[in-house]
Amino acid sequence: MQILKILFKNAFRHKLRTGLTVLSITIALLAFGLLRTVINAWYSGVEASSAYRLVTRNAVSIMFPLPYSYKDRIRQVDGVSEVSWGNWFGGIYIDEKNFFANFAVDARTYFDLYREYAIPDDERTAFFRDRKGFVAGRKLAERFGWKIGDTVVLKGTIYPGNWEFVMRGIYRGREPNADETVFMFHWDYLNESLKKTAPRRADQVGFYMVGIEDPGRAISIAEAIDALFKNSFAETITETEKAFTLGFVAMSDTIITAIQLVSFVVIVIILAVVANTVAMSVRERTNEYAVFKTLGFGGWRIVGLILGESVVITTMGCAVGIAATYPAAALFGKAMGAYFPVFNVEPDTIVLDIVFSLAVGVLAAVIPVYRTLKMKIADGLRMIE
Amino acid sequence: MDAGTIVSIQKLCKSYHRGNQVIPVLSDISFDIAEGEFLALMGPSGSGKSTLLNLIAGIDQPDSGSIVIGDVDVTTLAETELAKWRALNVGFIFQFYNLIPVLTAFENVELPLLLTPLSRSERKAHVEMALRVVGLADRMDHYPSQLSGGQEQRVAIARAIVTDPTILVADEPTGDLDRNSAEEIMDLMDRLNEESKKTIIMVTHDPRAAKKAHVIRHLDKGILTNADPQDTL
Repeated sequence: MQILKILFKNAFRHKLRTGLTVLSITIALLAFGLLRTVINAWYSGVEASSAYRLVTRNAVSIMFPLPYSYKDRIRQVDGVSEVSWGNWFGGIYIDEKNFFANFAVDARTYFDLYREYAIPDDERTAFFRDRKGFVAGRKLAERFGWKIGDTVVLKGTIYPGNWEFVMRGIYRGREPNADETVFMFHWDYLNESLKKTAPRRADQVGFYMVGIEDPGRAISIAEAIDALFKNSFAETITETEKAFTLGFVAMSDTIITAIQLVSFVVIVIILAVVANTVAMSVRERTNEYAVFKTLGFGGWRIVGLILGESVVITTMGCAVGIAATYPAAALFGKAMGAYFPVFNVEPDTIVLDIVFSLAVGVLAAVIPVYRTLKMKIADGLRMIE
Repeated sequence: MDAGTIVSIQKLCKSYHRGNQVIPVLSDISFDIAEGEFLALMGPSGSGKSTLLNLIAGIDQPDSGSIVIGDVDVTTLAETELAKWRALNVGFIFQFYNLIPVLTAFENVELPLLLTPLSRSERKAHVEMALRVVGLADRMDHYPSQLSGGQEQRVAIARAIVTDPTILVADEPTGDLDRNSAEEIMDLMDRLNEESKKTIIMVTHDPRAAKKAHVIRHLDKGILTNADPQDTL
């Protein structure tokens, strides 16, 4: 049984109180799960980065471009297998609230380097053939209801004017953490347009993406690339894609730390709530625990009764909280898709949910257990409900 | 300890502390209880009779003196050993029944058996037997709130006897009952003593309940006022 039966019966003796406590745990774990998922989403780009790619940018800042001519010299560095390039376009679709990442890329080399993006052959060919064509990630296309052949106009912020594109393909991520919200069009289209409208800005590249044959040589290859342009008017910094992405994430370090702190504060608050519930329950039943001790229930059994009841309550809250996290994360991810392209509840978040709810269950019972064990039976028996 | 003696109390002293003040509760108590005896402890409130009962039952510790039950001096046992000893040797009957409200009569009676190695079916047989003895076999699925005070006390008695303990201790077992129920409970305890030869030590204020006992001992201000065998009724 029977001990387990007693635990459940005790846990539900005050249904409203237990129900509210379970609800509190559920909400707390839901909040914790979503906050952890936000943090994971922040790092999803880092997780998705490949060890086989380096990124070369201007040593001063990513805001400063590099000459287009660098591509041939980078390609000649020993260990480099492929070079692609691109520019952050920063276009706005209808309204600023419709934010999504949009890049001008060298299409052929880009898709050779980014094999985690799958695009049907016919769509790829159509994209390559159309100078004004673009491809979008599956989620982005779904978000705006774009279909192949649709014309989309982006208002340039960095490159002024209204830029017209025709949708030629939809790519999908081969991995769950691949970003399916990016808009990509031909760098040639941007560059040729600039040659006509702003010749001084033409033939400039925001960053190079460099494919390497051996990740173990990443550092030496990066050093070799940067050495090529030492003392030039546009020196470079080359780093692994992971380090490059982490550099962006690091800009939000304070926010992430704050979110992490809040997620742990939530757990501490819920610890106080559960501790209060358990303390009240045990105090109300001091007489019963005295009876248990009188009947011969030893210390460990008393610990088991109190601890078990506490863990039963937190486990129920945990189960409901975890179950609620998935649909809540799906809704959250849909609403915030522009900012969090990958918003998946990771297994480690669920593990943390379970670990913390068990820890809360145990910690909440510590003081009531201590008091009950220290209680003299004769004193406990004198306490009448 | 004499042959036939089940409980031997020697020079028992107990006091409580309130701040720096020492309040003596029991002073130099010595007496024996024979096996199968039905003993009533009487005395005014604060005389120390419940404290004496608690000491005999091993739920409190004296300042000095010894309490030998069977062949075990319970004053020398550590907390864990004492808990095991109580589970096997003492059946408790309380004034306010002290049943667990979320458990049925069956489950309440089964509680002490959870500490034994008995199988589920063996426990069931023991519980049903105990409930039959107290006349509540048909109420085993009832919760305490669905029983009268007398029935609750009978369930408590079933819980006390289900492990077949060496002694039964009862603290004001009729104190919370009406007259008819009290008589039923005392008849039941008398029957347990007569038929099952259970040694019963009972604290009571009720002279009618005390009449069922073979021996009545009076306590006053922590002193046994009639410890001689001639006090046997």
